[in-house]
Order: sequence, then C-alpha cells, then structure tokens
Amino acid sequence: MELLNPDQWVDKYADYLYNYTIVRVNDHIVAQDLISETFLAGLKSKNNFKGEATERTWLISILKRKIIDYYRKINSKKGKAEVHISYRDDDSEGDWLEENAADPFDKTAEDKMENRELGLAILECLDQLPEKQARIFKMKTVENFDTEAICKEYNITPSNLWVIIHRARKSLAECLEKNWFN
Amino acid sequence: MKFFLKCDDAAHVCDKTQYKEAGLFDKLMLKIHLLMCKLCRGYAKRNTKLTKTIQSADIKTLSPEEKERLKTRLQDEIENGYNS
Repeated sequence: MELLNPDQWVDKYADYLYNYTIVRVNDHIVAQDLISETFLAGLKSKNNFKGEATERTWLISILKRKIIDYYRKINSKKGKAEVHISYRDDDSEGDWLEENAADPFDKTAEDKMENRELGLAILECLDQLPEKQARIFKMKTVENFDTEAICKEYNITPSNLWVIIHRARKSLAECLEKNWFN
Repeated sequence: MKFFLKCDDAAHVCDKTQYKEAGLFDKLMLKIHLLMCKLCRGYAKRNTKLTKTIQSADIKTLSPEEKERLKTRLQDEIENGYNS
C-alpha cells in the first residue's frame, strides 16, 4: 500500500511549508529551494515513512533538518557564528549596554511569529476540508481571485461557488475554534 | 415579493459581505434581518471574526508558476527513480 502521494505534495503542502520556512529564513528564493529539497529528500527516503505521523508532519521534520543545514552552511562560510555588537554608532549617546538590549515593548517580531503560527493553523484546518473546497476557498479568500475567474477555472456557477465558500467558512470556523482559540 | 430575507439568504449575503461583494440593498436587508434574528447574528459575528483572523494571519502563497516549477522538478525525480 502506498502511504505517501508525492504527486500531490506540491498542491497539498507547498503553501504550508512555505509559510513555515519564510519566517525562519526570510528569503523567498532560499525558502523555495529548501522546499524543493525537502520534497526530493522525502522522495528518496519514502520507504522510511511508516505512517505513524501524517504526511505533513513527516515533511516538516525533513524541512526542519534542511533549515538547520542551511544555517550551518552559511555559518561555516563566514567561519563562525558570532554576534557582533558595535557599542558605538552615531545614534547612541553613550556606550550603555542597555541601549543595545532588545526593547521589551517592541513586540512586533513576536506578533509576527504568532501570526505566522496562526497562518499555519489555518492551512492545517483547510487540509481537513475536501480538496476542491479547500482550493477554491484559498483562491477566493487568501489569493483574492475574482468570483468570475474562479468560476471559469473550475467551470462552476457563482451560486455553486458561494455554496462551497459557505461550507468552507463554516468548517474552518469550527476547526479554528477548536484548535486555535482554545 | 418577499420583503424579509430568510436565514439562508441572510447567510449568503453575509458571506458576500466578507468579500465586499454584497450590494447596498442586500446589506440593508441583512441589517434588518440581523435585528430580528439572533441565530443569524451569531453567524454574522463568527463570520466576521473569521475574516479578521484570516487577514491577520497574512498567509503567503506560492504563485502558480512557482508551484509548477516545484512540480516539474519533483516529477522528474519520480520518473528517474522509477527508471533506475
């Protein structure tokens, strides 16, 4: 029995893996390379997959190693992983170390991280919907395609589309209430 | 002509509102319906919350071309793997 379906990996997991990666490497091209490498590595070690985790969790575990490898590589290029702080630059008034410490009131980085986690939670919930429903919902809501364009692509009427959207929104709200808001 | 919306229609207009695709008249009818219908008020509240949640998540997606490139590369590898 085939436990994995590599044919569907890109459609099912590429966006999820991308959102996971981009917050960690912060580079669009690098993120795509890492995802591509993850898929290829997954393909190679296909036989090691025992079906204990979901396909996505398994791919994420591969991706994590790829991200670590990536940082090892760029660090070894530099020679060492050090943090350099210049104590005197033009903006600072003295050489107080406090000036260089993180500002506890600057929460944007943390918020960003939390939002990205939320994004992953949403994509995970979408994974539980019927595939076509999830894809149409994503096109409409995340990628902001016109109703008309989606109808054309999937050969459905606008009222079909709104029924699909309605069902997707209902399931998604339920799923998020269970997994995110609690 | 029915003046008041039924719950199904109200839900439909409410969904459209989430994408700013509801007309002015529909929105007015929805407002009136919501005044009278507690159940739909609950739905509308939840629906709006979902919209805000999704917006704040700022989900990134790869473009269709980028996905196609990933697919081609993966597909090549699958075929090579089966041949060797």
